[in-house]
Amino acid sequence: MITLDDDPFADEILVDPVPLHRRLRDAGPVVRLGRYDVWAMARADEVTQALNDPETFCSSAGVGLSDFRKETPWRPPSLLLEADAPEHDRARRTVTSVLTPKVVKTYRDTFAREAEKLVATLVERGEFDAVADFAEAFPLKVFPDAVGLPAEGREHLLPYGAMVFNGFGPRNHLFTEAMARGAVAREWIAEHCRAENLAPGGLGARIHEAASEFTDEERALLVRSFLSAGVDTTVHALGNAVLCFASYPDQWARLREKPERSRAAFEEVVRFTSPVQTFFRTTTREVEIGGERIPAGEKVLLFLAAANRDPRRWPDADTFDITRRAAGHVGFGSGVHACVGQMFARLEGEVLLAELARRVTTIELAGEPRPQLSNTLRGLASLPVRVR
Amino acid sequence: MPKVTYVQPDGTSRTVDATVGHSLMRVAIDHGVDGIVAECGGNAMCATCHVYVDPARLDDLGPLCSDEEEMLDCTASPRAATSRLSCQLPVTEDLDGLVLRLPEEQL
Repeated sequence: MITLDDDPFADEILVDPVPLHRRLRDAGPVVRLGRYDVWAMARADEVTQALNDPETFCSSAGVGLSDFRKETPWRPPSLLLEADAPEHDRARRTVTSVLTPKVVKTYRDTFAREAEKLVATLVERGEFDAVADFAEAFPLKVFPDAVGLPAEGREHLLPYGAMVFNGFGPRNHLFTEAMARGAVAREWIAEHCRAENLAPGGLGARIHEAASEFTDEERALLVRSFLSAGVDTTVHALGNAVLCFASYPDQWARLREKPERSRAAFEEVVRFTSPVQTFFRTTTREVEIGGERIPAGEKVLLFLAAANRDPRRWPDADTFDITRRAAGHVGFGSGVHACVGQMFARLEGEVLLAELARRVTTIELAGEPRPQLSNTLRGLASLPVRVR
Repeated sequence: MPKVTYVQPDGTSRTVDATVGHSLMRVAIDHGVDGIVAECGGNAMCATCHVYVDPARLDDLGPLCSDEEEMLDCTASPRAATSRLSCQLPVTEDLDGLVLRLPEEQL
């Protein structure tokens, strides 16, 4: 088996992870990352297999580099993300009962109205930052509204998310900086997971109702999952979408032809750019996968982004094509831990991209896009664009 | 290999070889059968791989689990007594000759 010495969490790799992902896939179905003494998988087959075998590739030892059995996590573990059966399943059922496709559909009209307002303002301005003014502005309005958070304090959501997602990596400068920046957000987040601070009828309040068999503390942790995972991920997907369309005007033309393609287009953005790049699992037993043997108790880094561009699985994997059938990618994960908010994210992407396609003929870069480096996410810090 | 037929709402149909162990959703996707969206990739989260099963064959399929039961209430086209989510239906040799009707809408 091949050992690679690359650091997947180094700045120069995170700026453009695609070449490393290619090398990882080509090195074999299972490789060693010498730097961190962990295993890695980057091909679609093995990544999907591992995600769908939670009994072997477990989450309760943490889905970051840190092994919760040996180190104390920086915050109480998530009841969803960092848990295994049977506790996980109980929490998961409760949250899915609140986030069914039927419930998600009830937000469509509200999202469409907000999308109309936002896009109209941006079209009038002509030039704007597609990260702050578009990709952040939309989810930071519709998501906290849906959860039932007050208007004040929402600026804490992104720094908190940055802590969570950098927290899955090694203790590098990204980790340290995110923890320092996010420290002030922790108290606000903790307060706004409590029932008394969540508007009646919102998703947060509904979680509290649906989770009546849980303790107060557990119910707050379930809401925390929304606040941790619901914003940064969507923000990055939307920012990446604008960059994709500015870079591939032929694809923008195709979406303009039929704005109702926006849902499929958003799916392709998630496959092609994988806003969530990686997650760790920990082996519960010795396992043979891809012809290699991994011992029990080992950390395994799953490269979702690399799997989504695996030519063994995807024809023209490195081509951004909004007409492809992108379903089956692992950008939202797969199996029992698959993103519980994925239908919500799709609705946000579908509605906003469709509105943009109806109002905007061309999207051009008006400056150099600046990446936002993260130990887990791939997205942009700023993206100056001009629209007509 | 068992053969399975997918019938579109307009009556056109395609019969394909179904790999044992794969789900009937995956069989449709792998053969490029239209009308199965399967957004969530088979996690019983999106209700976009809805099918109507030939009533005579319903008993050949496994029972509904609670996730599928809940998700069937979220289908875009009306739920019927024969409604199932194809991602939750693994292919077995017994399913040879199965006919699945596809709904008007999945989204």
